[in-house]
Amino acid sequence: MNILVIAEHDNRILKPSTLNTIAAAQKISTTIDLLVAGTKIDSIVQEAASISGIERILYAEHPALSQNLAEPLSELIATLGKNYTHILAPASAFGKNCLPRAAALLDVAQLSDVIAIETPDTFIRPIYAGNALATIKSTDSIKVATIRSTAFSPAEKGKKLAPVEKISLSLSTTELSAFVERIEVPSERPELTAARIVVSGGRALGSKENFALVEQLADKLNAAIGASRAAVDAGFAPNDYQVGQTGKVVAPDLYIALGISGAIQHLAGMKDSKVIVAINKDEEAPIFQVADYGLVGDIFELVPQFISLLENQKASGNV
Amino acid sequence: MKILIAIKRVVDYNVKVRVNPDQTGVELNNLKMSMNPFDEIAVEEGVRLREAGTASELVTISIGSPACQDILRSAMALGADRSILVETEQSLEPLAVAHVLKSIAEREKPDLIILGKQAIDDDCNQTGQMLAGLLGWPQGTFISELKLESDHAVVTREVDGGLEKLRLKLPAVITTDLRLNTPRYPKLPNIMKAKQKPLETLKISELGIDITSRQQILKVSEPAKRKVGIKVKDVQDLVEHLIQEAKVI
Repeated sequence: MNILVIAEHDNRILKPSTLNTIAAAQKISTTIDLLVAGTKIDSIVQEAASISGIERILYAEHPALSQNLAEPLSELIATLGKNYTHILAPASAFGKNCLPRAAALLDVAQLSDVIAIETPDTFIRPIYAGNALATIKSTDSIKVATIRSTAFSPAEKGKKLAPVEKISLSLSTTELSAFVERIEVPSERPELTAARIVVSGGRALGSKENFALVEQLADKLNAAIGASRAAVDAGFAPNDYQVGQTGKVVAPDLYIALGISGAIQHLAGMKDSKVIVAINKDEEAPIFQVADYGLVGDIFELVPQFISLLENQKASGNV
Repeated sequence: MKILIAIKRVVDYNVKVRVNPDQTGVELNNLKMSMNPFDEIAVEEGVRLREAGTASELVTISIGSPACQDILRSAMALGADRSILVETEQSLEPLAVAHVLKSIAEREKPDLIILGKQAIDDDCNQTGQMLAGLLGWPQGTFISELKLESDHAVVTREVDGGLEKLRLKLPAVITTDLRLNTPRYPKLPNIMKAKQKPLETLKISELGIDITSRQQILKVSEPAKRKVGIKVKDVQDLVEHLIQEAKVI
């Protein structure tokens, strides 16, 4: 068995999700090649080469691959993929975009958001917003899957460098699409899907201005910020803060839900967190059914208290 | 411009499903079924393009049991011109759905195909990408904005870390994210009118497509339950628990 893992990067850094995906691949076989595609990404290729457990880095350089466009990238994956038994990519916006297209080009099915690997052909994945887990056996000759990062501990980096092989290729799909621009949401905080602590705000915050309360608590805890769909739809927080079935899936050590009722779609994105704290004035809110520590009350009174207590603890050296 | 919109009938998003006792699937008997929420957004986008005069014809398609006629009638009540139902009692995987849609697309020759980004039952998020791959068309997935010009579409995609704008050569396949629009409700007179609109029914066997499952579901189980938590009395109590018991801060 030999596995092709697709590396995710944004032309500046190798995304941590790549390490989780390699960890998943290691559960299947030790013969793992990592595909890094793009242009002017030598430093990312070097970094990728230091990941433990990889046999080779396949470095594909082509102008059409510079912006992770699905059409050329899927064509590349499908061309290389014929020689592999498994093709894995992170279940991020990147992997979800390109991998199903590559699978169709190879005429094989795909398994999305895999959370466990039982055998090389049997995988477990959530369905119905995480309300059920399906154990699925693939009968395809090539198993194509996206991997839920939070379900696998990241592969480590070592001193030994994997050999890098440059691939030269011609692509036929370069005229179909073009990159126009990227609008980034800049943040100094840890990345949402990789953070140890996440503080999330819901509709109860009431306004974009009040959402600063979530930011203040997150700052004290060096946490990433999340939001419920209701808060995002109401414009309190940007889209990519959204935690849930249709947003990001997180599993931090500590998840603090402020003014979030806990709809099924939100729970699907955070219920695998180690410790869940909920602060909500409605004691019947479904979020309390999954919270390890629940506090009933007004977030506008309790969160400032929480922040000042954390400051005191910090001052006395307890945190 | 002709637009084809693919829609799926799924368990209503408000319903909490349960795994059946023999662990072969979830209990679906007597549950409320609806149009997949992402597909409602796809229909709404199509209707808006129709109203703006950009789209000349709006065709909705669904694949499944005769009960899928309901959601096709709803789509026509919202403004679709006609519908196609590809009948099958078998539950199709995304690759098979993509093959069926490809065969319909080759017959209908739309300029644009709109799908939801994922169905809320299987949560696959694959069909649109697979269809685009099979057709050799460009794809715009998870879009929150669509602008159509004569020979191309400019789409804004929701990606990790922000938004991304792409220019796609038509014909193209796009999949909708939640923020693309807010779907409207059908008006009663339109529901009545929708009953008169054409709904063509095809048997899947007529299309000559291999729909054999590639994936065998061995088991469907309940996710592990979390242990019951506690209610703390105040913030002081909460912080103490987090430091001493949970040791997370």
